[in-house]
Amino acid sequence: MNSANLQLDDNGSLKHFLTIDGLKREHLVSILDVAESFLNVSDRSVKKVPALRGKVVANLFFENSTRTRTTFELAAKRLSADVLNLNISVSATAKGETLLDTLRNLEAMHVDMFVIRHADSGAAHFIAQHARPGVSVINAGDGRHAHPTQAMLDVFTIRQMKGDFTPLKVAIIGDILHSRVARSQILALNTLGVSEVRVIAPKTLLPHDARESLGVHVFHDLEEGITDADVVIMLRLQKERMDGALLASEQEYFQRFGVTQARMKLASPDAIVMHPGPLNRGVEIESEVADGPQSVILEQVSNGIAIRMAVMAMAMNPRALGGESA
Amino acid sequence: MKSERISITAARLLDPQTGLDQTGDLHIADGSIYAIGEAPDDFTPDRQIDASGLTLVPGFIDLNARLREPGDEKKGTIVSETRAAARGGVTTVICPPDTSPVIDTPAVAELIRRRAKMSANSRVLSTGAMTVGLEGNRLTEMAALVTGGCIAISNARFPLANSLVLRRAMEYASTWDIPLFLQPLDHELANHGIAHEGKVSARLGLPGIPSSAECIAVSGMIELARFTGAQLHLQQISTAAAVDMIATAQSEGLPITADVAAHQLHLTELDVDEFNSNCHLLPPLRTQEDRDALRRGIADGTISAICSAHEPHEPDAKMAPFPSTEPGLSGLETLFPLTLKLVDENIITLQRALELLIAGPARIARLPMGKLAVGQEADLCLYDAECNWQFKADEMLSEGQNTPFDDWRFLGKIKHTFFEGRMTYTS
Repeated sequence: MNSANLQLDDNGSLKHFLTIDGLKREHLVSILDVAESFLNVSDRSVKKVPALRGKVVANLFFENSTRTRTTFELAAKRLSADVLNLNISVSATAKGETLLDTLRNLEAMHVDMFVIRHADSGAAHFIAQHARPGVSVINAGDGRHAHPTQAMLDVFTIRQMKGDFTPLKVAIIGDILHSRVARSQILALNTLGVSEVRVIAPKTLLPHDARESLGVHVFHDLEEGITDADVVIMLRLQKERMDGALLASEQEYFQRFGVTQARMKLASPDAIVMHPGPLNRGVEIESEVADGPQSVILEQVSNGIAIRMAVMAMAMNPRALGGESA
Repeated sequence: MKSERISITAARLLDPQTGLDQTGDLHIADGSIYAIGEAPDDFTPDRQIDASGLTLVPGFIDLNARLREPGDEKKGTIVSETRAAARGGVTTVICPPDTSPVIDTPAVAELIRRRAKMSANSRVLSTGAMTVGLEGNRLTEMAALVTGGCIAISNARFPLANSLVLRRAMEYASTWDIPLFLQPLDHELANHGIAHEGKVSARLGLPGIPSSAECIAVSGMIELARFTGAQLHLQQISTAAAVDMIATAQSEGLPITADVAAHQLHLTELDVDEFNSNCHLLPPLRTQEDRDALRRGIADGTISAICSAHEPHEPDAKMAPFPSTEPGLSGLETLFPLTLKLVDENIITLQRALELLIAGPARIARLPMGKLAVGQEADLCLYDAECNWQFKADEMLSEGQNTPFDDWRFLGKIKHTFFEGRMTYTS
């Protein structure tokens, strides 16, 4: 696997952040450490550090997203960068401009970093392959492939709550097949050496032979899969999956795979509950769980800013890998 | 066009079909092989080619190459793509009917034939559409298409509305003993997938095409062939299961043949890694087990032809994120090198390699050419078996440089190609 080559420079430091695949444990730990150092920036009266001063960051969102785009924008601004938000789905591509044309035009405006979200798996790789030297690309979600900053903020939250990764059993529930979040989470958790990654879903929402292809323990029974779990992660279930093609109904899904307080009792007593948002209350998660004491869903959102600051700062200043980027 | 009289001297003359394998001379006049061995007294060549150390074989017959004309000339033309064919030693190309307009009437077939006669550097033949507009519903005038020069009937890569249309097409075609060229795929199961459904597609998040989408179609086609007595040729097989089913059907005596694309014998799903859009192919690259079964299939005779599956593209068609690129590779210029590579890797003998490129496809397409014999069309390929060379995408003659084989090294390089006695390529 040489995706590492594309996102790492000759010294093995991050220059793009496209996928967890191919990154070593040390890479992930240093991202977490740098994020830790940025965590208190939000609490200062002046919520800025100068890491990206004078740099231009372009948010290229070919798919709609409020939360991710907003946290990337905030992260870039806290690093003192100038931020361009481009909602491409309604501008250039509608006029037939290719992705490469869009890239070249923005490069001509001396953009230093692209944050890209796109419906095609591999879109961020494509941009990174064709970007000018010195330009960094951050993947904010590509098709079903990867959403590495979401996965990093999730493991960051887990580290905050649990400390050590190695004893943890992590259960991921929901639409694994179509989820870029799940793919990146699984890679990150396995790279960080958790004891067990479990996925829990009906077979229609799992890749064929998920155990082999993703390196996870597969469960089709929520109660069995959640038992003794230290971390319970739910994925958002897209409404369009419930048209009878992949799932019979919301009711049956919630009945079989919905996380309720009763079911949470089977998990480890100090288990935490996570969700990348937005929530479908009553479909994949009961409100009592989402808003309950075990939920760390809002912590995930706050941590998203620190993680995105870390990744952006590191990609722009590869030598700052040790956490001195601020 | 008055053709040159050419003598090719001191070549290794090699033709597994006639059993010829000797060093000697071959003489060309009026577009045909005039003599083999000593030149007759009345023969004075206009040109003599010293071929000592080189091997002379019949030109290759490619059962599946898209030339893009008419309809998609920004990707290639009959002129450009037959130049690529000549560089690849291919002297007969058979195009599928998915041109624009579709080859569903004799008039379109005639148009292509005429264009080819004017400009081609190789023989251009085509299959005719099985259904009107390739839309999968109404049968075409198959008898007229074949009378008009189509060598077989095919629905290219397009789905049929249902199995009943396939049954009727088989019955209708077999009325006149017309062969059907079918690309087996259950389109519902394929579900707009773009890569083999397996480890790599799961990891990269690419919608997958399961192997079962091919074998279910193969199984249905075999059963309907058994029922209707139709002659089937299955194109571009990609799975081990399909190879097994075809072998079983053949052992029962059913008239079923199969081919494989040259790249399927070398690449696997792993080559899609890093979202390499030149490996965005249909059928998709599958597993190493599938590749090995395909290799056994060409060696044991289950598969009787290797095709290029040539699909040239303009650069923009591949310059996008993987799912937004168009499938296919430009394959005419790597057909022979990739086949020879299998000889080098001891998968097949040189004789078998040539059968798969000449006699096998000639039999499937029911063509008389492809022999080193007096009176045959002088469709010839002269190559240096010892030449170790590097293939370069930017040196391709095809309009499409969409190849995953850029920088691959090959043993055996074509020096000259002759089509109907005319030298159409010189390296």
